[in-house]
Amino acid sequence: MDYIIILGLNHKTAPVELRECLAFSGEETDALLRSFSEHAAIKESILVSTCNRVEILLTSPDSDAAIGAAKRFISEYKRIPVSRFEESLYIHQGDDAIRHIFRVAASLDSMVVGEPQILGQIKEAYRTAALKRTSGVILNRLLHKTFFVAKRVRSETGIGDHAVSISYAAIELGRKIFGSLEGMRVLLIGAGEMAELAVEHLIRHRSGDIFVANRTFERGIELARRFRGTAIRFEEIGGMLQKVDIIISSTGSPEYVIDRKMVKAAMGGRKHRPLFFIDIAVPRDIDPRINRMDNAYVYDIDDLKGVIDENIEDRNREAVKAERIIDAAVVSFRKWYESLDVVPTIKALRGKMAEIARSEVEKTLGILHHLSEADAEAIHRMTEALINKMMHDPTIFLKNNGCLRDKAYYVDITRRLFNLDPAELSGSGARPGDSQHRTEEEL
Amino acid sequence: MMQLFSMAALFLYLLSTAGYVSYLFLQKDVLHRAGWGLLGAGFLANLAAILYEFIAAGRFPVGNLQETLSVAACTLAGLFLVFQHRYRLRVLGVYAAPLAALIMSVSVRLPKAPSQMEIVFNNFWIIFHVVVIFIGNAAFALAAGAGILYLMQESAIKGKNHGFFFHRLPSLNLLDTVGYASIVVGFTMFTLGLITGFLYAKMVWGRFWSWDPKEVWSGVMWLFYAALLHERLATGWRGRKAAIMSIVGFGVLLFTFLGVNFLLTGHHGAFTRW
Repeated sequence: MDYIIILGLNHKTAPVELRECLAFSGEETDALLRSFSEHAAIKESILVSTCNRVEILLTSPDSDAAIGAAKRFISEYKRIPVSRFEESLYIHQGDDAIRHIFRVAASLDSMVVGEPQILGQIKEAYRTAALKRTSGVILNRLLHKTFFVAKRVRSETGIGDHAVSISYAAIELGRKIFGSLEGMRVLLIGAGEMAELAVEHLIRHRSGDIFVANRTFERGIELARRFRGTAIRFEEIGGMLQKVDIIISSTGSPEYVIDRKMVKAAMGGRKHRPLFFIDIAVPRDIDPRINRMDNAYVYDIDDLKGVIDENIEDRNREAVKAERIIDAAVVSFRKWYESLDVVPTIKALRGKMAEIARSEVEKTLGILHHLSEADAEAIHRMTEALINKMMHDPTIFLKNNGCLRDKAYYVDITRRLFNLDPAELSGSGARPGDSQHRTEEEL
Repeated sequence: MMQLFSMAALFLYLLSTAGYVSYLFLQKDVLHRAGWGLLGAGFLANLAAILYEFIAAGRFPVGNLQETLSVAACTLAGLFLVFQHRYRLRVLGVYAAPLAALIMSVSVRLPKAPSQMEIVFNNFWIIFHVVVIFIGNAAFALAAGAGILYLMQESAIKGKNHGFFFHRLPSLNLLDTVGYASIVVGFTMFTLGLITGFLYAKMVWGRFWSWDPKEVWSGVMWLFYAALLHERLATGWRGRKAAIMSIVGFGVLLFTFLGVNFLLTGHHGAFTRW
């Protein structure tokens, strides 16, 4: 019986300096998987490598040898002594390993709980392993179950609800004000990473024209080109308030860039359509009293942080529900996994045949009234002998198959061929293209 | 028989309310669908009760308060079903369903008094008059509901307090749009109702206007909503102000509909007698 082993490290156990040393590129992944498949103690393998984690999934009849080999390979490929990363490594086996991969895929183990990218990354890793044929019966089943569990967690809990980054929280607020952001015109005042990220999010939500105002006009032109927008002069901001709907401000200005008078002047001209101010600057650029005016909404950086904190708390509460789903899934997977053992499979097969024989013989004896007790006994003995003869070769084959493929494969085939698990585990396949939506949270 | 249909309608409205309220808390799609379906079933039962009475008595059943409220509940439910279909503003169900249930529950408790109308309700104009006025009133009721939700959502956004309602209520824009659409529908229907009322008055009493208190208050109400729409179109009165005004307008409507009949007298009195 092969063991399921997972070894890895993540943002909690290893600092970024170490994680970046151990990140595997596509080619390195291929090479490592090849080495794994050539190693005697390793049957199946999958490697997941992201900027926040490295996870190696293995099955092996000899877990110590497999773990040792895995460490050695990492050390060789990344040219780093085992002692440097051994401390940060966690190793799980059996149920713990199953639970770990479920939790990782469901994003319970992520830096920000509930961020969806990790699932796509695992799918990608699985696809690589499947193409290289380094994953087999057990890991195929495990990964399909993993995707299924992750999907269930996402749809049945609120773990992925509500934004947890500043820029995305601003988008979510915008949608609560405007409904759809499509066609909303945006004014970016100043520059800065967070502000620019917010603009990018807006563009992804198909916002309308982008205007950029900067103290240095040249810098404004540069930014405007990046967003395919229009640069305007700082003095034009007041007039611009009539045209735009969303204002993102991030300047180093010590006093307010937009005050109440400007907004009041603009409101009539824009027929009181709502104005949404996102003030990322410290000190603030937008007079907070504007928030008290009708149809004007101001969120500063602290407000947005407050929103995020609430949302993170929400997610953590939902994570408890997710753990319950995962616990149940671990149990159901283990059931299947244990069934891969040869002895219970042979027992189940024999049981099934005996059951069929018994009911058929009884049916026949029911019609043949003229047979004596001894005759009936003889028929019973004959069917038993039949079963024994028929079971002989399959049993020998399953118990000591000298074949190239591993035992689990044949046990699985046997169980399916004779339908020994009528209530099949449900699973979902990996879909290509799920991993494209990468954001800043897990790269 | 009519009583049976009315009770069924009330029962279904109450179930629909339960569906929408549990949707508000649990956010499961199946719940609001159930709420919608139950409200639809309630609407049909309610309609059956009205039609039955219409056929049995041979007149449009708005001769006493019990009948009038039944018609009011029916139009409210029907109009909400249409709005929900058009705007997908599910959460408004937590307002519309209980309101229909409340109106219906008052209606079924009232004794079934014989109609005290001298006029027979078979004239086309009077039926049209009554029906469009009720649809208009139902639309104004929905506008007030959308206004209430708007104010709740706005205070959540402005107060930066993203609790229970923030996540459950739709965008301000949608609430504002639905409120506006309700008022447009309400105003159109109400205006048609007033015109047919004038025509009918001319036919029966020989004059368009007779300073009946109900007429006066309807005039006040019409001017109020006309002002609201005018401000919106001319200067873009939207959002908070529009929401508050649609709630106030509904208050005027309630007074016109019920208060006038209880406190003052006039030729519309019999509608609400019991």
